[in-house]
Amino acid sequence: MLQDAENILEVTDLEVGFGGTPVLHRIGFSMRRGERVAIVGQSGSGKSTAIGAILRLLPGSGRITHGSIVLGGGTTRGEVEDLATASEPVMRTIRGERIGLVPQDPMSNLNPAMRIGAQVADALVANRTTEGKPDRAQIRSQAVALLAEAGIPGAERRYGQYPHEFSGGMRQRVLIAIALAGKPELLIADEPTSALDVTVQRQILNHLQSLVDARGTSLLFITHDLGLAADRTDRIIVMSEGRIVEIGTPRQILLDPQQEYTRQLVAAAPSVATALDAAPLVDPTAGAPASAGPERSRSILVVENLVKEFALRGRRGSTIRAVDDVSFEVERGTTTAVVGESGSGKTTVARIVLGLETASSGQALIDGESLTDTRGAQRRALRRKVQPVFQDPYGSLDPTYSIERLIDEPLRIFGVGDRGSRQERVAELLDQVALPRSVAQRRPNELSGGQRQRVAIARALALEPELLICDEAVSALDVLVQDQILTLLADLQDRLGLTYLFITHDLSVVRQIAHAVVVMRSGVVVENGSVNDVFDHPRAEYTRELLGAIPGAAFAA
Amino acid sequence: MGRYVLTRLWQSVLTLVLASLVVFIGVRQLPGDPALAMAGEEATPEQLAAVRADLGLDQPLLTQYVAFVRNMFQGDFGESTRTGTPVTELIATTLPVTLWLSAYAIVVAIVVGILLGVVAERFRGRWPEWVANALALIGLSVPNFWLGILAILYLAVTLGWFPASGYVDVLSDPLRGLYYLTLPALILGTGLAAVIMRQTRASMIETMTTDYVRTARAKGLGRGRVLVRYGLRNSLIVVVTIVGLQLGGLISGAVVTERIFALPGFGKLTLDAVFTRDYPVIQAVVLIITVSYILINLAVDILYSVINPKIRVGGAA
Repeated sequence: MLQDAENILEVTDLEVGFGGTPVLHRIGFSMRRGERVAIVGQSGSGKSTAIGAILRLLPGSGRITHGSIVLGGGTTRGEVEDLATASEPVMRTIRGERIGLVPQDPMSNLNPAMRIGAQVADALVANRTTEGKPDRAQIRSQAVALLAEAGIPGAERRYGQYPHEFSGGMRQRVLIAIALAGKPELLIADEPTSALDVTVQRQILNHLQSLVDARGTSLLFITHDLGLAADRTDRIIVMSEGRIVEIGTPRQILLDPQQEYTRQLVAAAPSVATALDAAPLVDPTAGAPASAGPERSRSILVVENLVKEFALRGRRGSTIRAVDDVSFEVERGTTTAVVGESGSGKTTVARIVLGLETASSGQALIDGESLTDTRGAQRRALRRKVQPVFQDPYGSLDPTYSIERLIDEPLRIFGVGDRGSRQERVAELLDQVALPRSVAQRRPNELSGGQRQRVAIARALALEPELLICDEAVSALDVLVQDQILTLLADLQDRLGLTYLFITHDLSVVRQIAHAVVVMRSGVVVENGSVNDVFDHPRAEYTRELLGAIPGAAFAA
Repeated sequence: MGRYVLTRLWQSVLTLVLASLVVFIGVRQLPGDPALAMAGEEATPEQLAAVRADLGLDQPLLTQYVAFVRNMFQGDFGESTRTGTPVTELIATTLPVTLWLSAYAIVVAIVVGILLGVVAERFRGRWPEWVANALALIGLSVPNFWLGILAILYLAVTLGWFPASGYVDVLSDPLRGLYYLTLPALILGTGLAAVIMRQTRASMIETMTTDYVRTARAKGLGRGRVLVRYGLRNSLIVVVTIVGLQLGGLISGAVVTERIFALPGFGKLTLDAVFTRDYPVIQAVVLIITVSYILINLAVDILYSVINPKIRVGGAA
């Protein structure tokens, strides 16, 4: 049943349905032994369903309704098997031992009530080749060795710790150790680093790649990031809505896409766009619009020597500096991006500007006034000038409110207009963010992620603010949607003369939207300047590291 | 963790003081006069006064309370106004019966409840789940006294599998002792078993769809091992909390069950004392119930932090 003995995996006419509704439509592809293949797609493309089918771990009512998934016979063990029809006991010998899985989210994929070491040991016990009772001491030393190999320092000591004592990156290493415990011939990595910072992502992927290469393991890499796929694999399978759109080498896909969908995807992928030097959405050299009168200063936001200290829980008197002497200015009508990894203090800066947090010292002045120092009417007036757009469009909209009520809320709070005029204003705002007026009576859960983020933007615009604080406003969105939202933001800036403070961890997005950039690390500003200067001539080592970690950089040449 | 336990201990002491006050005042607000009950309907006012003085009932309330607390700390709960037996002695003979009964019922409830809960999850949408759900519904909705009467009628009288009533000291004859307690423990444990079953089922269903369970399966682990090591362990965190909240109800349930099976336990002592306005006994009984309630909750909180490593470390940080 295997077409080619050199193939480790042949998927033919695979159809998977959930409760009778097909979500994978007869897809087919094959992988050669030792090959690295990426499946790229947005959420809902069926890429996760495909690996669920291969491992026969489909959630809920998911069933394979047609086709075959043939796993090639191992060189040392195992026979040719059709995974679509294999029995559960057979699957048990295949999972872990012949196919390993590195799952997506390091936060949710480890048992919180079980020691790290025991979870690795479990994988060893499940896949051991010798019969009889496992030798505990031997299993333990093997598990420690695996953890060390996966790049966990002090593996011996950390063996007995629980998952919550590990950082995200370290947890992902544990998951890699687990996946490799059974020495599988095929490793499936399901978005293994999408929850991690770029520099950590690069370390982990480099490490994973060296482990896979050393073992000659075949790698099936699932990702939404075209740049990442291009960097890490030999072949890319582009999926959309349960179908395979295109298969090709990274070069073919990125430089000569055959299908319209692939072209859109390549054009929208920020990392690839950065690498391919595509034109940014805004003119990075543009300054303040000429309409700004002489009586107003050019800077709308001035951050001066901002410091924020948090008390450490449990240890009295000791504090941590989340923001350490940060200063920068934001010019009216432009976009300034604050870039950094988790723990860099970028969100704290945004919260202080919004007045949600008070500074320990220093200040953040909007048109010369600070939200934390002003009171009463003055403060309310200032609040109208600055509005937030948050990261998670699922969490930041009250699910019980209608869209109209959500957008209308700031108007009601500030007592703007009467019922009729507010209704008119909501319709106008929906037009501005390119949503049909008919969504006004719907609820957030009836909208897609991108539509919700448009609602969040409409709500932020309701009071005609001058400054929008976008805290990771596009990071939760798929690339195509992300591209649309960024275009919308650039467009709104053009028409309304808005100023953006754009908080993000994604440098590739910065290049597309920002005029100026502030790079932060551990609470300190590492580098600060115009986007062109920082991207083309980075002065700080850390900036260079961040830029180098953008996937897809290999195709810049 | 140490600090957490200390805080909880301090809260427990505070609760105890409040409880003793409520008991003391509450008992004295009950309709009826203990002196009258003791001296008899025919007693002259002089005799009544003598009895009152003897019991200390003629003292101001505050003095009575202070005496009550002082004696309590010396392990002296006074004497039954009805029989004259020291309350401590009454408690010493009846409390073990109830403790054995409750402990047995808890064990039965936990074993049956978790087992049925796991079965219900494992065979979701198939007949074993319907059976488990139906049993839980019966356990929750049918009152104990009715279940008890039915059990005596069919299991004890008709089939003759169990004794219908009576008690044998568990320590002196463990086998026969437990045998006599089996039917009462089953009846007393049904409500708790039903709650545990439902809770286990619900949290197992949730846990078994988590990412880490899928990852465990992807390791090549068998279903059984995943169920116990990954599913059940995390489900129990929720179950323990619920069980803790329900345990208090077990004590009041014991009163009814003991009555049905004519067990010479704490419940019977309580009922008799209330009917005869036996102040010292009521005070002691209610106080002991309160103390056990507080201790159970304390134990549950500590157990919870043992099962859930996050709380343990979080408390120490």
